Amino acid sequence: MSEIEKRAPSPKQSRRPMPEQDPKRRARNFEEVALGYSEEDALAEAARCLSCRKPTCQAGCPVEVPIPEFVALVKEGKFAEASQKIKENNALPAVCGRVCPQEKQCENGCVLGKRFEPLAIGRLERFVADYEREQAGRQLTPRVSRLASNKKVAVVGSGPGGLTCASDLARLGYAVTLFEALHEPGGVLVYGIPEFRLPKDIVKSEVEYIKGLGVEIRTDAVIGHLFGVKELMSDHGYDAVFIASGAGFPMFMNIPGENLNGVYSANEFLTRANLMKAYLFPEYDTPIARGKNVAVVGGGNVAIDSARVAMRLGAEHVYLVYRRSLEELPARAEEVHHAGDEGIEFKLLNNPIEILGDDSGRVSGLSCITMELGEPDASGRRRPFEVVGSEFVLDVDTVIMAIGTRANPLIGNATPGLNLTDRGYIAAAEATGQTSLPGVFAGGDIVTGSATVIAAMGAGKRAAKSIDAYLQQPRP
Amino acid sequence: MFSILKKEQLADGIYQYTVEAPDIARAAQAGQFVILRLDERGERIPLTIADFDAAAGTVDIVFQVVGKTTEELAACYDAGGALLDLAGPLGRPSHIPVGKNVIVIGGGVGIAPVYPIARAMRDAGNHVIGIIGCRTKDLMIMEDKLASVCDKFITTTDDGTWGRCALVTEPLKETLEKRQDIDLVVAIGPGPMMKFCADTTRPFGVKTVVSLNCIMVDGTGMCGACRIEVAGETKFACADGPEFDGHAVNFDQLAMRLRGYVEQERLALDHYHGGEACQCQK
Ligand SMILES: Cc1cc2nc3c(=O)[nH]c(=O)nc-3n(C[C@H](O)[C@H](O)[C@H](O)COP(=O)(O)OP(=O)(O)OC[C@H]3O[C@@H](n4cnc5c(N)ncnc54)[C@H](O)[C@@H]3O)c2cc1C
Ligand SMILES: Cc1cc2nc3c(=O)[nH]c(=O)nc-3n(C[C@H](O)[C@H](O)[C@H](O)COP(=O)(O)OP(=O)(O)OC[C@H]3O[C@@H](n4cnc5c(N)ncnc54)[C@H](O)[C@@H]3O)c2cc1C
Ligand code: FES
Repeated sequence: MSEIEKRAPSPKQSRRPMPEQDPKRRARNFEEVALGYSEEDALAEAARCLSCRKPTCQAGCPVEVPIPEFVALVKEGKFAEASQKIKENNALPAVCGRVCPQEKQCENGCVLGKRFEPLAIGRLERFVADYEREQAGRQLTPRVSRLASNKKVAVVGSGPGGLTCASDLARLGYAVTLFEALHEPGGVLVYGIPEFRLPKDIVKSEVEYIKGLGVEIRTDAVIGHLFGVKELMSDHGYDAVFIASGAGFPMFMNIPGENLNGVYSANEFLTRANLMKAYLFPEYDTPIARGKNVAVVGGGNVAIDSARVAMRLGAEHVYLVYRRSLEELPARAEEVHHAGDEGIEFKLLNNPIEILGDDSGRVSGLSCITMELGEPDASGRRRPFEVVGSEFVLDVDTVIMAIGTRANPLIGNATPGLNLTDRGYIAAAEATGQTSLPGVFAGGDIVTGSATVIAAMGAGKRAAKSIDAYLQQPRP
Repeated sequence: MFSILKKEQLADGIYQYTVEAPDIARAAQAGQFVILRLDERGERIPLTIADFDAAAGTVDIVFQVVGKTTEELAACYDAGGALLDLAGPLGRPSHIPVGKNVIVIGGGVGIAPVYPIARAMRDAGNHVIGIIGCRTKDLMIMEDKLASVCDKFITTTDDGTWGRCALVTEPLKETLEKRQDIDLVVAIGPGPMMKFCADTTRPFGVKTVVSLNCIMVDGTGMCGACRIEVAGETKFACADGPEFDGHAVNFDQLAMRLRGYVEQERLALDHYHGGEACQCQK
């Protein structure tokens, strides 16, 4: 490194920091943590882009957003155009700019990142999407490339997988109906990811955009109960079905005391808080336990989100109880960092063995045992084992289990002939989403197990392509 | 939006609504329930489908006013109005045997959900004995409707103001003593009543099905709010039930879990009474 570089980091070296709410303040409110770039920030950050002749960022994106092109537009100050450019491949840029693990994807491939900090592609994506929404107003540019549209497609589940598939098919000219079990479209984007990471108004406006493309959304429609998958085709005139129902079936540890009042699955806790807006109770009707001392069991992003919500509901102490060490913690480093700043206490190398209750059936403590790490297991992570005699009780009144989810068996059970994997996920070809039933496709978490927003969107895109191919085939 | 076509007060604090929901009406089977939401700020509450008519495209719900949502529904939502959300049919349908001898028991507002089950039982060629009971005459509902689908029919009140002065468990016990050919008992009502029915049938070894009213959020198996111990295992009432083997349900746990939000429920009601927040459609 030259002397100059050492003394004052050139703009090339470090990225524009993301303006954030102060940790003390934000730990008690539900407003967005990351405030977003200003125009000046965006221009300065985009100027860092090397405009590589052979860019390697785009390949890191599961939906191949045209990153070099959109960043070039940002450089020219054409923010709305940059957003439009992204939307050619990604209908949800304001969402992805906020929640994608860019450090593992596009930014991981950024050439600048080899020597300095990679370009803040996610922050730029967020900026242009927000800019377009707020300043330029929505310009609908449905690209109806071909009138295919006497054909109808049903999409089951309105998470990122379903929304993406629906919007791609609508653009191709198909009549698309999106069936959603809950009263609000968006999947995990509305019921799981908290307001302070992804404001629900943003999801709403992305959904409005997709409606603007002509997609009909039917909420309160639980497929498998209201209509069967096959009946959608045989009785309701759909020519193909795409299933993107997510992996929303919560797991518990099967330890004593799990049914005490004050024990939640992360799904329930987050659904009450986000979808039902229980943090605004009694203005909103749905209640939630506002624990004084809260233990969250698990170490993924879902656990971190739950812990940060519990803090915002007014807890004095929020503990993250995880049985391995910080190194193995699967949550994004950025979120772990945010959580730490907000006062979440990490109880690493501890495993719950029992939830204790009082006479009225409320949680009064979490009995844990200390763990040590041994040899690496099949996943390459060091296997934790219990330290004999190390039991202790954590003084808590609320316990949130964030130890993962599985496939909801509803659609599988209700659809004879639809092959499942031995873990209960829908068996579907990765490249096409084709299932064992003709005309039925699947993708997203219901096929892969819990993954990411962008992976589900990628699956939705691939399925839209193969549904189009399937429907264009001449058939007897 | 789901239009309310008809509203009827059946008894003190108990109402029946007929709601336009053609797709639910077509798919519904006895034993299933719906989840409704009144307005943007509303809670999702589960109610059993008390009747459904595929040809007319309607479902009926019968509910008792017990808290904020049910009170607001009864006070502010009339025929001509509409419910914001209605999701269903949810849960597993009742298992309907063929050609058996069956006792169906309804207690309190639990009389309503028993009707479609009794009707389906009768349609499948079962011999149906109906027993319904409530605290007092003013709370009795749907007597004629239920009687019309039962081969034998007994009414009780706790205070003797109508029908026989007894708890439903008394005629239940007598019938089981008199007849050894009863194959199945279905009991729906408040937790304690279902528990006592199960206790009554246990010595006779007669299979007893109960329908659990656990607190729910989504009603599709996504959250686990509705979990309940059955035969030592945790089940999700909305997805695995709502009907379970009454001899295996942990009723104490059910009662405990139903008390999970008493303070908030009181607060919600106070807030509703005190504030101008009523989103009244009137
Ligand atoms: C708390 C939390 C935080 C997360 N944070 C991140 C993050 O920061 N970044 C990231 O990339 N990923 C994150 N994820 C993971 C990501 O959200 C998921 O991988 C992604 O949403 C999967 O999309 P999907 O379309 O497959 O399903 P989902 O988003 O799960 O949507 C499925 C939809 O289908 C509906 N449905 C289910 N069954 C039926 C039925 N029978 N009929 C009709 N509709 C049905 C559901 O109600 C739901 O709306 C997070 C997940 C959680 C739970
Ligand atoms: C599958 C099922 C079927 C049901 N069928 C009927 C029916 O046909 N008729 C009827 O009158 N009632 C029925 N219930 C009970 C009904 O859902 C509750 O009475 C209603 O939710 C009360 O709401 P509230 O806001 O008026 O009262 P709250 O003040 O919220 O609560 C009053 C009581 O209702 C119970 N309760 C509260 N919230 C819920 C919830 N989300 N889910 C379930 N119970 C809750 C509480 O234990 C409390 O004791 C059923 C419940 C279930 C789970
Ligand atoms: S109500 Fe959510 S799983 Fe049953």
